[in-house]
Amino acid sequence: MKAMIQKEFRELRRDKRTMAMLIALPILLLVIFGYAANFTIDDISTRVVGPGSEQVTAQLPDLFEVDADAAAADDDADGDTQTALDLVRDNKADVVIDTTTTPPTAYLDGSSLFSAQTAKGALAQMPDGAVTIDVLYNPDLTTAWVMVPALIGLILTFIGTIITSIGLVRERQNGTLEQLAVMPLKPSDVIVGKIAPYFILAALDMIIVTLLGVWIFDVPFNGNVALFGVGGAIFLFVVLGLGVLISTASQTQAQAIQVAMMILLPQILLSGFIFPLSAMPAAISWIGYILPLTYWVNISQGILLRGADLASLWPSFAVLAVMAVVIFTAAVLRFRRDLAPSSRRKSQKSSKAGK
Amino acid sequence: MSAWGARELTVTYGDTVALSSVSVDVREGEVLAVVGGDGAGKTTLLRALAGAVPASAGAVDAPSLSSIGFMPTAAGVWRDLSVDQNIDFVASAQGVTGATLAERREQLLADTGLEGATKRLAGQLSGGMRQKLAFALAMIHRPPMLILDEPSTGVDPVSRVDLWRMISQAAVDGAAIIMATTYLDEAERASRVLVLDGGEVLLAGTPADVMANVPGHVADAVGTPDRARSWRRGSQFKTWSPDEPTDGAARADDLEDAVIAATLAKETSNA
Repeated sequence: MKAMIQKEFRELRRDKRTMAMLIALPILLLVIFGYAANFTIDDISTRVVGPGSEQVTAQLPDLFEVDADAAAADDDADGDTQTALDLVRDNKADVVIDTTTTPPTAYLDGSSLFSAQTAKGALAQMPDGAVTIDVLYNPDLTTAWVMVPALIGLILTFIGTIITSIGLVRERQNGTLEQLAVMPLKPSDVIVGKIAPYFILAALDMIIVTLLGVWIFDVPFNGNVALFGVGGAIFLFVVLGLGVLISTASQTQAQAIQVAMMILLPQILLSGFIFPLSAMPAAISWIGYILPLTYWVNISQGILLRGADLASLWPSFAVLAVMAVVIFTAAVLRFRRDLAPSSRRKSQKSSKAGK
Repeated sequence: MSAWGARELTVTYGDTVALSSVSVDVREGEVLAVVGGDGAGKTTLLRALAGAVPASAGAVDAPSLSSIGFMPTAAGVWRDLSVDQNIDFVASAQGVTGATLAERREQLLADTGLEGATKRLAGQLSGGMRQKLAFALAMIHRPPMLILDEPSTGVDPVSRVDLWRMISQAAVDGAAIIMATTYLDEAERASRVLVLDGGEVLLAGTPADVMANVPGHVADAVGTPDRARSWRRGSQFKTWSPDEPTDGAARADDLEDAVIAATLAKETSNA
């Protein structure tokens, strides 16, 4: 038995990925659940629009963080109801209070579920008639309405990273990647041929899940379908790129799954999908801002629930586009390196010239 | 007769030298067997000729990829595709279509004995059948150069005979064939043999040349053999001596003795 235990420890010590999971995963989970797993919102981003905003602001509980700089920059004091509605739609604040009505109307962004729930509770504590509450985009604060748009991204991430990397590593494990490398196929043909089916399947999944979300859970689709499709395609390039990158660093399907899980788990926990980023300490929430799913959640919830357009969503689109270019390019270059060593073309060319 | 091959080829993986200044010719209509122990550099040489690993120094002279048929160590068949689908895919990649494909498919399936298994998944084939399918895939476009990495390893004796029949036929048809093998009885059937050890060429030439050029000679062991220079062949012990053979006797009886003797000679000179 001693020999068996010793052998197991020796094997484990050499299996760096398993060791990483054994050491990094508990620490990651401890940090996430210790600091990030928090549904309690302490600060709600708030704007007050219209005349007399200072008096209204003064009456608000401390929970409501009024952004004075943004208010000054956008001349909130001169705004009206439409200004207030636009600010909510464009995700400039979770709560926008319109003082042009009597009493003032607090527009709550129902797509920011936890903020809206907290704000609704806090505003209800104010004296009767102090403010009228209007929850936009998710009036009943239904959890499914917020989860389904994010879930679409999670499914795409699952297909893009785990399924794609498994499919690519299978070629390496079976020795067929080597076979492909010496067939008269351009590396780009192999790469596109390998990735396109996963892209198509993931896109189909995106359509099916979106339709089911709308049909079964009555999730509204208030925005532009084409914009949603473009966002989905960009996000797919990011996650497919991650899948290809994982495959280039894995020799077996088990290794690919291990690495993919280590990429998938932080996305589930730190993208704002389950735990609101605004409730996390800054030391943790920054991790969320380097994860692609965070930006997909912004885009997906924005388009489906708020009917947001590119003018307000462009920062998320831009970040995802940069991620797509960087990650996908790196992935393709690494995969291409596996398929065609840099000096091969040179030597093949010289030999052809010699024949 | 044109020849492909490598000149002073060196391949390194990081700090490890897998091949050191290896030169080899692969000629039309000939089978060149590459033999050697584990880590000798057989697979690296074949992969370098196929362009799958870059040369660190020296030159590889090989035809374009469309003129190479390659069979990797792990057979290189798509296990989740049927026999027919494997052939369809590789034929398509090699630009073999229509009537040509139909004719070659029929012939290769007949040669490999896979006619009755066309709908079976490659992953469900026996090891021998899978190797024969891999050979058929390498041959689908009738390449002028065939690179086969241990095509018969793990294959039953009957399937080995079938594979050798197909390899020989390809050579008769004019292909230049280089194949790695661990079976020295097989290598003895090749036109020429390249013996590698530790990434270096130990011996090269026809099987007869290789046997004739062994340093020293191999003899049946008499009495208690010197364990460092002896090995068992069936019920008999053989022993290698650095001394020249007497009375014009053969230096080695077969290729297996020759390769072992050459390896021992190298170890002795390095000691």
